[in-house]
Amino acid sequence: MTALHTSGLGKRYRRRWALSDCTLQIPEGRVAGLVGPNGAGKTTLLQLAVGLLAPTTGTITVLGGEPASGPDQLAKVGFVAQDTPVYAGLSVADHLRLGAHLNPGWDDSYAQRRIDRLRFDPAQRAGKLSGGQRAQLALTLAIAKRPRLLILDEPVASLDPLARREFLQDLMEAVADQEISVILSSHLVADLERVCDYLVVLAASRVQIAGDVDALLASHHRLIGARRDEASLPADQQVIHARHTDRQSTLIVHSRHPILDPAWTVEQLSLEDLVLAYMSQAADAPPGRRPVLEVQR
Amino acid sequence: MIWLTWRQFRIQAAVVSALVAAFGILFLVTGPHLVTLYRDSALAACRSNCGQDANNFLNSLSNIAPYHLVYLLGALLIVLLPAVIGLFWGAPLVARELESGTFRLAWNQSVTRERWLAAKLGILGLAAMAVAGLFSLFLGWWASPIDHADAIGASGGFQSRFFPLDFGTRGIVPIGYAAFAFALGVLVGLMIRRTIPAMGVTLAVIAAVQIAFPLVVRPHLITPVRDTTAVTASVIQGLGINGSGNQMSVFAAAPNLPGAWIYSNEVVTASGSTSLGSIPQACQPQQAQGFQACANALAQMNLKQVVVYQPADRYWTFQWLELGIFLTVAVLLAWGCFWWVRRRLS
Amino acid sequence: MIEFHLDSRSGVAPYMQLIHQVRHALRLDLLRQGDQLPTVKDVATGLAINPNTVLKAYRELEYQGLVAARPGRGTFVTGTLSGSSLAAYEPLRRDLRRWLDRARRAGLEEESIEALFLSTFRSASEEDIA
Repeated sequence: MTALHTSGLGKRYRRRWALSDCTLQIPEGRVAGLVGPNGAGKTTLLQLAVGLLAPTTGTITVLGGEPASGPDQLAKVGFVAQDTPVYAGLSVADHLRLGAHLNPGWDDSYAQRRIDRLRFDPAQRAGKLSGGQRAQLALTLAIAKRPRLLILDEPVASLDPLARREFLQDLMEAVADQEISVILSSHLVADLERVCDYLVVLAASRVQIAGDVDALLASHHRLIGARRDEASLPADQQVIHARHTDRQSTLIVHSRHPILDPAWTVEQLSLEDLVLAYMSQAADAPPGRRPVLEVQR
Repeated sequence: MIWLTWRQFRIQAAVVSALVAAFGILFLVTGPHLVTLYRDSALAACRSNCGQDANNFLNSLSNIAPYHLVYLLGALLIVLLPAVIGLFWGAPLVARELESGTFRLAWNQSVTRERWLAAKLGILGLAAMAVAGLFSLFLGWWASPIDHADAIGASGGFQSRFFPLDFGTRGIVPIGYAAFAFALGVLVGLMIRRTIPAMGVTLAVIAAVQIAFPLVVRPHLITPVRDTTAVTASVIQGLGINGSGNQMSVFAAAPNLPGAWIYSNEVVTASGSTSLGSIPQACQPQQAQGFQACANALAQMNLKQVVVYQPADRYWTFQWLELGIFLTVAVLLAWGCFWWVRRRLS
Repeated sequence: MIEFHLDSRSGVAPYMQLIHQVRHALRLDLLRQGDQLPTVKDVATGLAINPNTVLKAYRELEYQGLVAARPGRGTFVTGTLSGSSLAAYEPLRRDLRRWLDRARRAGLEEESIEALFLSTFRSASEEDIA
């Protein structure tokens, strides 16, 4: 089953399109990363997925169901919003009780074990927790309801490096234990590189590229060679990003087949290079230009 | 949801309950003595024509410090109670969640936002109605000797319970006001999304309704009784002459209608006009014949006294009508809340 | 038990780094036959990497005949890569020394030698794949 399936999805606020023409099929069982600059539409897409927003155009289904369409659908998806809202006046233990009362699938022993391991004082008010602790509390609430899909909106953006590492460690532990799918957004590619095996690049409110990380890295290369016009490349090699000096061309290219032209030095890309290439393509591209379609596995 | 509603709501519930409980104690402490005072008064022993005894009793109470004060405080609280409920129970209910972003936590648990809202509206709405009803009961019990005296003859600073500004302090209408104020607060909070502005708007609307309804709507709920009687010399109380000396108004004593709500009491000509005609000789200011001669002269002019009023026995009809209206509006506002929460996304 | 680490700057894919570390440990006799590798969950949690990455590394090692997964109990070392095997390639080592001497006599600096070697090595590997 697909974890997230969208078709022509768009969301408009007054006159601005926060997201347009978004077509994605993220399979289950993945840790999918959603990366892009601020304002690209990441939060919009994730909020559409959990039903906090309704689409302006297009359709979206999550785990085969319409977002927030009923208690069963809500139980399938765990969500941690940006800036991890918690009830400042409620204690840590109260938050767990909230989860227990409002979720039939609540795993209380898991939640208690996590709180113990994180060394939280159950009676402490959530408003007094640090940013990292709030994120961990929100993650606990989201995982303890035993969802099939976890959606995290920039969960580590405002955390210090140690808190960030601990958050990701706990997330990976949950993925290893429970066969959860994860969709998380970030504008830090370094974090995504470690944990994601599926990537979606969102820029200028559109999906620029999406696919398995392995497939993406295998089909994109950096070509370095003598100065050459991009149009001279064969049709099955799409240039994503090009830089020229008077003597040298450096191209980032998408190609299904290995590149054997001896004039090029062919290099592997890191995930960060790939993301940057697509983001600059989006930044330079005139509006309305069709982006590269999703990479098939 | 029940646990969550109460847990998020502890402070507001505690404050209002403490307030009502404090008054309850006050009533318990002063009530029995008030009853004693009543039983010892001439009013209790009186069998007929007790208007004067009633007024004496009420006058005596005005001089005994706690009773007038407690009466006024009780009236004040019950008048303010809907606003307190609308502002502190209703307005923050959803607005606070929208403002702080916690709705993104609450609406992703395994309850739909409609069910979430229904539980909060239902539990707290019923609680608001119960608090208002209870307080009205306490106040009504405590003030019953005073209200009984009022029903016989109103004066001494205590008004008839049917009077516009006093009607809302007794009986079952406070329940309707509380439900209305609560539902209004929730809807305003939903629409404005910020707690403090929502509180401001809610207060403004509640105040406007509480002032406008008795003056503009309530008088028209049931067509009042219109009594026309001939003006005799004995009912004439006074005469007014306008500045230029050619128009007069005659003041006649209101009929004895204990507990009734009198809209107006006018003296008009036989054909119903308020232009009463020329001023009789005996009433000219220069004449020194005395008031009685003037009254007799006026009585010859075939004037009519028109009293428009609601009889006292319609009091409870009005109570039920008004309760029904406010409850209906509350239900409509609640329905508005559901519609808004479904269509309003992020 | 072996403990893994990741160098996020090395440009080498994480799963390859795990494979290299296991092979390196085997060569240095830090891992012996019968030793258990850390569980997928422990590695994923400890390094904050995707469990599938660890699974991929373990599967590749299993394919190389070095480890075997016992369902319900863990992944255990079954093969060896002892240092002595390198001794069998002494002639190759001597050829390599001779080539290095020729390169130095031709005037190449250390970095040029390394660049020449790496680019030839990589393009040869890619040709093999293609």
